[in-house]
Amino acid sequence: MLDAAVRFRDVTLGYDRHPAVHHLSGEIEKGALLAIFGPNGAGKSTLLKGIAGTLVPLSGAIELPGVKDHEIAYLPQAADIDKSFPINVFDAVAMGLWKRCGAFGRISRSDNAKIEEAIAAVGLEGFESRPIATLSGGQLQRMLFARLLMQNAALILLDEPFTAIDSKTVADLLAVVARWHAEERTVLAVLHDADLVREHFPQTLLLAREAIAKGKTESVLSPENLLKARSMIEAFDRHAQTCVRAA
Amino acid sequence: MRRLASEPHEANSSFLSAERPVALHGILIAPFTEFAFMRRALAGAVALAVAGPPLGVFLVLRRMSLTGDAMSHAILPGAALGYLAAGLSLGPMTIGGLIAGLIVAIASGAIARTTILREDASLAAFYLISLALGVTIISVRGSNIDLLHVLFGSVLALDDAALILLASIASITLAGLAILYRPLVLDTVDAGFLASVSRSGGLVETAFLALLVLNLVGAFHALGTLLAVGLMMLPAASARLITQDMTAMITLASAQGIIAGYAGLIVSFHFGLPSGPVITLLAGLLYLLALLAGPAGGLLRRLRPRRHLEA
Repeated sequence: MLDAAVRFRDVTLGYDRHPAVHHLSGEIEKGALLAIFGPNGAGKSTLLKGIAGTLVPLSGAIELPGVKDHEIAYLPQAADIDKSFPINVFDAVAMGLWKRCGAFGRISRSDNAKIEEAIAAVGLEGFESRPIATLSGGQLQRMLFARLLMQNAALILLDEPFTAIDSKTVADLLAVVARWHAEERTVLAVLHDADLVREHFPQTLLLAREAIAKGKTESVLSPENLLKARSMIEAFDRHAQTCVRAA
Repeated sequence: MRRLASEPHEANSSFLSAERPVALHGILIAPFTEFAFMRRALAGAVALAVAGPPLGVFLVLRRMSLTGDAMSHAILPGAALGYLAAGLSLGPMTIGGLIAGLIVAIASGAIARTTILREDASLAAFYLISLALGVTIISVRGSNIDLLHVLFGSVLALDDAALILLASIASITLAGLAILYRPLVLDTVDAGFLASVSRSGGLVETAFLALLVLNLVGAFHALGTLLAVGLMMLPAASARLITQDMTAMITLASAQGIIAGYAGLIVSFHFGLPSGPVITLLAGLLYLLALLAGPAGGLLRRLRPRRHLEA
């Protein structure tokens, strides 16, 4: 049995007492490359927020036994980066060094080289001094991946990273994901493209408020499971009773 | 204020005539070499202009331009209470203003985080209450002249204590900004990212608001509550139109503040105009120029675009 990177202990996450992820238990082992798949409103983004620590569970707990504090790199679905801020690509990527350099740490020559390397790895060479306001959607996503690279994190959370991105950019960014997997980092990605998941993600968690299935992608994404996931009722019941399942 | 400004009226009659070669000296330098109150006013204006506009740059970039305005009103009841306790004296009014400003800043931040009200709504509610409270308190004891002093300040009547206060605030602000610079930039560019890697986001914002309150309290003595924000926001908005570079923006903003302060004192001296409004008006003039011709987003660039490049 491999070490767990993430452990769900009967966790329920939600908003205003209404569960978005309901009584989830289980483990994700260290070094996993796992897709979180499911219909809209299934609680996929909510689950990532819970793991990233920006949302406190309504009940239960999420443990990160294999991840030291603050070794998480989280790319939210709509990164709230202010594109109009006068900062260039190089400096924006350097933000990923925060945990190492903090408010006062010097950015050394070797850090500069690493920033250059990360920018090159996402295919943005020559963009270093461009203001981020001039980047296209795909270029901005490449830059955010470069920043994730700089974070050098053990656990990487990606929320819909390939939405509205062309196939060339997706291929380049998937190469970065594959590199993280080869470096035995744990990568969890919320995705909605089943073909992409089948091709690039060995494991899948199928989520429809509750976990429908988890394991090898081809067995999880079976027609029966997908049908079951689609039958989830999306709207919350205004008059829902208090959940009686033991917390 | 008016009385002080029109004292050297003899100088007025001769400054436009080019008979004497010293005319320029008489216009631009003599007011400061001859009158101590002008030197003090200049030192005070420079201190305000060095520290305020860099804060203004961050306010502009954080889309909090009106926050400065709201906070400048929020300090009023504290200053008024100080005034009620000790009359028109520097210490109590400063401390009162600081406390009132910090309460409003922290309370409106906390309310924005814990209720459905956004920060702008909770801040607006607090500053309106503050302003009404402040004016009421002053009217209990003071005269209209005192109220005018509070609303418009008196840059031409800065005593030693006030100058030391302004200089200290400028020093604290610059040192504070240097310490906060990196997390403040991160928090402004991508607050979500800073929150995901560190818990310092809230602390940074609070420290920044504390610096803002400190500067408004300082500026309040020289320029009054109504104009305290002018020397902070106008150079900052103008610098945003001139450059895309953060460091240059901060330097340019301070430089414009100093120019407006100096030129405003000269103009108010020779024409017998109230100095606070003139300083703010000149900062406004520089802003209008940048709005027209600013290379980073001025109107001229839009009206007469240059031909496009090949790639």
